[in-house]
Amino acid sequence: MRLRTGFALETVGAWLLAALWLSPLAYAFWAAFHPPEMATHFDPFAPLTLSNFAKAWTYAPFPRHFVNTVVLVTMILSAQLVLCTLAGYAFARFEFFGHNVAFGLVLVQLMVMPEVLIVENYRIMARLGLVDTILGIGLPYMASAFGIFLLRQTFKTVPRELDEAARVEGCGFLGVLWRVYVPLARPTYLAYGLVSVSYHWNNFLWPLVVTNSVETRPLTVGLAIFGAPESGVDWAVISAGTIMAIAPLLVAFLLFQRQFMQSFMQAGIK
Amino acid sequence: MKHVYGWLLLAPAAILLVGFTHYPAVATLIDSFFSTGTAVRPSRFVGFDNYAALADDPIFWQVLGNNLWFALGTIPAAIAIAMVMALWVNEKLPARALVRMAYFTPTVLPMIAVANLWLFFYTPQIGLFDRVAALFGAPSHNWLGDPDLVLPATMVMVVWKEAGFFMIFYLAALQSLPPELAEAAKIEGASRWYFFRRVTFPLLMPTTLFVLVNATINSFKLVDHLFILTKGGPDNASSLLLYYIYQVAFSFFDTAYASALTVVLLVLLAILAVLQFLLIERRVHYR
Repeated sequence: MRLRTGFALETVGAWLLAALWLSPLAYAFWAAFHPPEMATHFDPFAPLTLSNFAKAWTYAPFPRHFVNTVVLVTMILSAQLVLCTLAGYAFARFEFFGHNVAFGLVLVQLMVMPEVLIVENYRIMARLGLVDTILGIGLPYMASAFGIFLLRQTFKTVPRELDEAARVEGCGFLGVLWRVYVPLARPTYLAYGLVSVSYHWNNFLWPLVVTNSVETRPLTVGLAIFGAPESGVDWAVISAGTIMAIAPLLVAFLLFQRQFMQSFMQAGIK
Repeated sequence: MKHVYGWLLLAPAAILLVGFTHYPAVATLIDSFFSTGTAVRPSRFVGFDNYAALADDPIFWQVLGNNLWFALGTIPAAIAIAMVMALWVNEKLPARALVRMAYFTPTVLPMIAVANLWLFFYTPQIGLFDRVAALFGAPSHNWLGDPDLVLPATMVMVVWKEAGFFMIFYLAALQSLPPELAEAAKIEGASRWYFFRRVTFPLLMPTTLFVLVNATINSFKLVDHLFILTKGGPDNASSLLLYYIYQVAFSFFDTAYASALTVVLLVLLAILAVLQFLLIERRVHYR
């Protein structure tokens, strides 16, 4: 009996905490779908409206920011997949001269992400003429220590026999990579892809530093300018804009919850 | 042959890594010994002048202190909440999947969006915090305008955002614990609290250490919210080291001094890296 009331209490506690955790988002939805004057007065019968979304859409160049973010995220992920696959393969199966030192140097990037070195990286981009380009935002992230590490670990688990069998069949070292290693690492690619996309969809500091026009700014930077108190936009419209910016990622998360959590976990534990 | 292939495969990634991590890190160190060049006065070697300026800069010490308080205020709280969340979600609760999703959702949202939403909660009088405070008869506060309140206020938001992320590590650890332990405890008649205190909590210790180090490293990079909520103010009361670096470099255009500040940040991260390495070593020894 005591056990059962204890469990019931815990259940209520867990639900309350869940409600508390969702409340900021729930509030944003409430404010976004109701007239601005309702933002501060809760009334369950308030009329619903989409006008906040229409306003947000016209106040800031959202379509442009969306395109920029999608281009940025796709570009970074494709480059990362290629570069990290090659480097991970090198570390997993080629005991080349200096591979231990090289691997140690690669891991430095786990600590020193490009956003820590904004001052110097901005200078480099200026020299390369890449300030205010989407390539400039993406370039420092394309060789990802984290991706190299994950793929190296995965490739190391591939049995040598498979590798040798493929070589006997006449595959070159790139053929083996493509036919044996890459297909076997599919779960790792999925995990890495989800983490990379959400990281770069949400990344802010470096894109802010390196961009200065609507043509290149991703959603987060656009949203920061749009939501700044100086801009004088009301809460309902800010909520609507914020929801629009997070909607694609949020929908993807709700659909693929399990994969998302597993990916973040795998990514974190390494 | 393997040497050539190995380096060829590594080359594209290595060039980018050297170009945007190692080279800028070294260049930052070198720049920190020079003065900021202007059109009239070119940059020149100044030795440790930038570091001397740093030692005399009250704002530097303030943001460093803020970083410390920020870490102390957010990490233990987020870890404790994460542990409770994981314990709950690991049980056969009704609507468990929904609860787990609720806890994790803040993690996938961009900090900028989160800060946009929370800015409203902090608003004096009409904001959520003041509404709740009013229920208990507390006076209205200017949460983000008061130097004493602003840092704790931003910490609440960061705990909310981070707890769900830490939860999944505890969840993974809990699921790997042998179920026999709980059964044995049940037979022995151990209370749930006793079981947690003497069995679960000690077994989760490696996870706690892991989360602790990673959270500390992460706390030096968490500055996005400042751009929306406070701009580091009032009077730098909520500013953090990386945000100060941004301000010095891109608002005050003193890149040499910003380089010296970056070197401090790099040293702090290096110390944490060594700590993390030692912890991992020790865990391996235990096995």
